[in-house]
Amino acid sequence: MTPFVEYSSLDRKIHPPYLHPAYQSTLLRAPQRPLIPLPQTLSELTGPVYGQAAIQPLDNDLTRNAVKGDRSHGEPLGERILVVGRVLDEAGRPVPNALIEVWQANAAGRYIHKNDQHHAPLDPNFTGAGRCLTDHNGEYRFTTIRPGAYPWRNHENAWRPAHIHFSICGVNFLQRLVTQMYFPGDPLLALDPIYNGIPDEDGRQRLIAMYAHSITQPEWALGYQFDMVVCGPRMTPFEAG
Amino acid sequence: MLKQSPSQTVGPFFHDGWFVGGENDLVTERTRGERIIIRGRVLDGDGQPVPDAVIEIWQADADGYFNHPADPNQEKADKNFRGFGRADTVHEGKFWFKTIKPGRVPGRDGKPQAPHISVRVFARGMLIHALTRLYFSGEDFNADDSVLNSIADAHRRRTLIATREESNDPPIYRFDIHLQGAGETVFFEP
Repeated sequence: MTPFVEYSSLDRKIHPPYLHPAYQSTLLRAPQRPLIPLPQTLSELTGPVYGQAAIQPLDNDLTRNAVKGDRSHGEPLGERILVVGRVLDEAGRPVPNALIEVWQANAAGRYIHKNDQHHAPLDPNFTGAGRCLTDHNGEYRFTTIRPGAYPWRNHENAWRPAHIHFSICGVNFLQRLVTQMYFPGDPLLALDPIYNGIPDEDGRQRLIAMYAHSITQPEWALGYQFDMVVCGPRMTPFEAG
Repeated sequence: MLKQSPSQTVGPFFHDGWFVGGENDLVTERTRGERIIIRGRVLDGDGQPVPDAVIEIWQADADGYFNHPADPNQEKADKNFRGFGRADTVHEGKFWFKTIKPGRVPGRDGKPQAPHISVRVFARGMLIHALTRLYFSGEDFNADDSVLNSIADAHRRRTLIATREESNDPPIYRFDIHLQGAGETVFFEP
């Protein structure tokens, strides 16, 4: 018999629902039928395996990875920051070799994406995209600049709080997580329907990075700590059949 | 126990973080198995295309093995097949993958499941991803598959079956994803 170590399900008391009317784009995109329970098989309990070959040396330094070829090195404008943290499962165990992909607006609140029409300057030295693998302790580290807030059209005078998008591919397809990291003390958080789509106050707080003076480097960059928790094995393993 | 980190939407501007090029082609010359193309669209509750979604697929190799430590048969898995792909839907909500038809993967009862591909949908306007499965039309094992049979309504079950078109070489399987509405795709909670 094949042993199956079952993973916990997504905790729907913590995660946002599909339908959250204050975020208008959910109205026509939210599935409305009840989800069908799916037995966990190897299709769910496996996933892509990443190694160092997936990563280039500057991939986790967004202040340097935008400059390609022989262009003279230029640095992006904005407040340089270090974002450091760990990926853990629910039992507190580190998730090693998780692929973390990030994307963000520049310091002026503008994405490099061609559909971003916000009237704010692009930065030729900043693409706002990076990636890295967690180490054996589940730790990761990015160097970047603090993104700006930007307007969107969800409602009158709507502005997204400053944020960095995080995507995590963990040990299997059930640990998949896409989320956003926010900054402490941002007055726009209270007004943001995406952030407030999270039903759980503690859950919302966990998406706010912590300013960490121990990570801050003198004469160089401010440090933030942002840990993420993904689904983990249920406590009792059992056998199929 | 720690609490899970809440999900947030991918938003509309994920391209630079997620795509370099070629993420939707899972096949090299040395990959084993029958080549297939998967083509589909992501549609909203009004039947309109969703141009800012991302589809991720994950599947076994042609023999039903995964190159992953959780698979007791990992050493038999095709080393020339990653099994993971990603596609955007920028052009009229359409996506496509080039891959191989997967083999059968054991189910919880030990019985092989019908061939299938795990499919995850992300989009602007989705605060959390949705998980579905793609099964293959004309596949005898579908009738006996416990996941398919757990969906009582035959109309709903059909949303998971990709339709084979022979007119192309390699054959195309059509798989539209309806986020909402009368033909809403079955989404799962593992």
